[in-house]
Amino acid sequence: MQTQQIFLFFIGIVALAGLVAFFSGRSKAQRVRASGAEMYAQPDQYGWFTAISSAGPALLVGLAAVVAIATADIDIEGMQLLIASLVVAAAGLVIGLALVKPDFHARNAIETLIRYVLIGAAMISIVTTFGILVSIIFEAIRFFQMESFWTFITGTTWDPGNSFQMAAGRGEGVESTANFGAVPLFAGTFMITLIAMLVAIPIGLLAAVYMAEFAPESVRTVAKPVLEVLAGIPTVVYGFFAAITVAPLIVDIFSPLGIEASYNNALAPGLVMGIMIIPFISSLSDDVITSVPDTMRQGSLALGMTHGETIRNVILPAALPGIISASLLAMSRALGETMIVVMAAGMRPNLTANPLEDMTTVTVRIVAALTGDQEFASAETLSAFALGLVLFVVTLLLNMVSVVLIRRFREKYSANNL
Amino acid sequence: MSHSFDDISAQLKGRHRRTKRLKFMSMGALALAATFLVVFIGDMVMRGYPAFQQAELHVPVTYSEQSQEIPLAAVEEDVRDLVSRGWLRQLPRDMAADASLMGQTIDRWVIADDQVDQYLKGHKSHLKPKQTAVLDRMVENGTAELKFNINFFTTGDSKLPEYAGIWSAAMGTILTLLVTLAFAFPVGVLTAVYLEEFAPDNRFTQAIEININNLAAVPSILFGLLGLAIFINFFGMPRSSPLVGGLTLGLMTLPVIIITTRSALRSVPDTIRQAAFGVGCSRWQVVRDHVLPLSLPGILTGSIIGLAQAMGETAPLIIVGMVAFIPDAPTAITQAATVLPAQIFTWAGEPEQAYVERTAAGILVLLSVLILLNAAAVMLRKKFERRW
Repeated sequence: MQTQQIFLFFIGIVALAGLVAFFSGRSKAQRVRASGAEMYAQPDQYGWFTAISSAGPALLVGLAAVVAIATADIDIEGMQLLIASLVVAAAGLVIGLALVKPDFHARNAIETLIRYVLIGAAMISIVTTFGILVSIIFEAIRFFQMESFWTFITGTTWDPGNSFQMAAGRGEGVESTANFGAVPLFAGTFMITLIAMLVAIPIGLLAAVYMAEFAPESVRTVAKPVLEVLAGIPTVVYGFFAAITVAPLIVDIFSPLGIEASYNNALAPGLVMGIMIIPFISSLSDDVITSVPDTMRQGSLALGMTHGETIRNVILPAALPGIISASLLAMSRALGETMIVVMAAGMRPNLTANPLEDMTTVTVRIVAALTGDQEFASAETLSAFALGLVLFVVTLLLNMVSVVLIRRFREKYSANNL
Repeated sequence: MSHSFDDISAQLKGRHRRTKRLKFMSMGALALAATFLVVFIGDMVMRGYPAFQQAELHVPVTYSEQSQEIPLAAVEEDVRDLVSRGWLRQLPRDMAADASLMGQTIDRWVIADDQVDQYLKGHKSHLKPKQTAVLDRMVENGTAELKFNINFFTTGDSKLPEYAGIWSAAMGTILTLLVTLAFAFPVGVLTAVYLEEFAPDNRFTQAIEININNLAAVPSILFGLLGLAIFINFFGMPRSSPLVGGLTLGLMTLPVIIITTRSALRSVPDTIRQAAFGVGCSRWQVVRDHVLPLSLPGILTGSIIGLAQAMGETAPLIIVGMVAFIPDAPTAITQAATVLPAQIFTWAGEPEQAYVERTAAGILVLLSVLILLNAAAVMLRKKFERRW
């Protein structure tokens, strides 16, 4: 039988078991109640209980089988699975029906089960985090068994060389020429992030000041969603824009000055990325500035400060933790941004301080290592996970510092809208 | 008194001027961001709209046994290089499907080569002077025209720009998002219900909360690494499939749905819960019959926004292999597929001007769908939002 057929049959069995169990459970409960006994729960609830006790285990059998086939390569015949689930469903039905008695709390039983299902759902987010950690760390360790950790962190040459051939078993007698020094990648990432932050922090912060302090309500209600649109545009679109419009523009601007810029210069993705993260800074900064208590403004104005001085000397210092927090969040977003740099930045690891040269970033190398035909066990492929680990740790640290700062701010001014 | 009143009022003027300067600078910053948005969208429209038109030629097509063998023989010699090779290639198949065509010569519109297309749109093309002379004459006769490019919406990816379309990518996007929704919506809502309505306030609950907030800020590419290592390498799911892509995006969307659902649940006033408990409802009955229905608009709004985010995501999908060349639309979630943003990424890497055009057109389609989704979310919120 085909997988699809088995799947349909299985769904049919589970649905049928549930239906049969529901109606037989309910009718038994109705009979018991008609005989005059007082029951703890409504007949429907007994019906639901028997339905769950019959279809639930059958569903679990199917799930277990899928997991077993996928992970342990155990061969399970479709027929076996169907029969097993049928038997389990029947057994569940019998047990469920036997429990339909006046002194059985069907509603509480359902309640307990639902609680476990909810806990299970909540666990998925934790499992995901562990999944990310385990999958990255596991492969990163394999990488560091091949290449030294110290070279990775401090080396200034990134060149996968012949690591691909080595992994494919064609490297006998050949000296490994691979060099995995990630400093040029870190430098490129840092440079592009720096450019992005230099664009986003002034514009985002000033826009937030305008919206929170100067703008009339009508402008504010329009401006905020318009800025949010910037964050909602897919990054692949920004990447295209950076590569096809901004990068040639930069080359054209600099060539009359006698400065030669690469078409894959770091400036274009940096600028465009900066525009992308403006709303991350402006939105949170706006919230923070509006939640600075009005008494501080009134006090400052009462002392004869002008509006501008109040903003500069009172409001911004008070909002500083929130603003820093917003900037850190935006920075972690910029570090992990992939599509803009993949499309607009270079592929060549290049250790330079000139933003007009092509530079590459951590995320670009991750994508480059994992696309195309590659032996999975090669050092180049695994290097993606080592780079991913660095990215994960750095962004996690930035986020945590950001969360701590914003919590401090909230506690200080008891602002509830953050 | 070291300062006279004149000094002070002069100073005051300067101070107020500085306030004004700050006001104009901040206004300028906002205007700058808005200008960028306009420039950006304008640029995409300018680059993209030509792709919605495609050059077609009105030529006599001879259906003969010779043209079944060598399709080039079906059209006259001077237009042979101008007609799309893709159209010629499918000519024998058309003839096999419809036997009555044999032996006839029909005047009909056929799709032109992408170079002809570029020439008619006034862009650079590699056509020779002789060919452009033929074309100029045809334009004058009205036998060469730009027509609405229906192929762009009905075909999949192609190595010939005039036949490249977004259909298979659109199908891939739909399948992927269905998987995402089927996974992230129930799990996200259940998690939010647990955290808001059931969970005791203890260490474990706090750990889940911190974890969800962190997950929301993890770079999307790391979800791709997770998808590759867990779903493909460990569970052995098919590479490039909407199943893997959808689950990966689902994990990414989960925090968004959880966070928005929680705030929707929190906005339901406690009096409703107390009234329900008061008439003897159990906790689940309170949630199912009262809290969830009342917060449903908010939950749906959040889910649509999360889905729109997932729809524009590319990086994790590249890692799990959804950038393959897919000419035919996928029909099952286990087949190889690509999605709209990935298709845009692939086309962006092609050097021909015709692909640049199509990239921008694909972007316009993607942006329109995203705007529609977000507008739907806003309308939903406006229509059903209740202030308690």
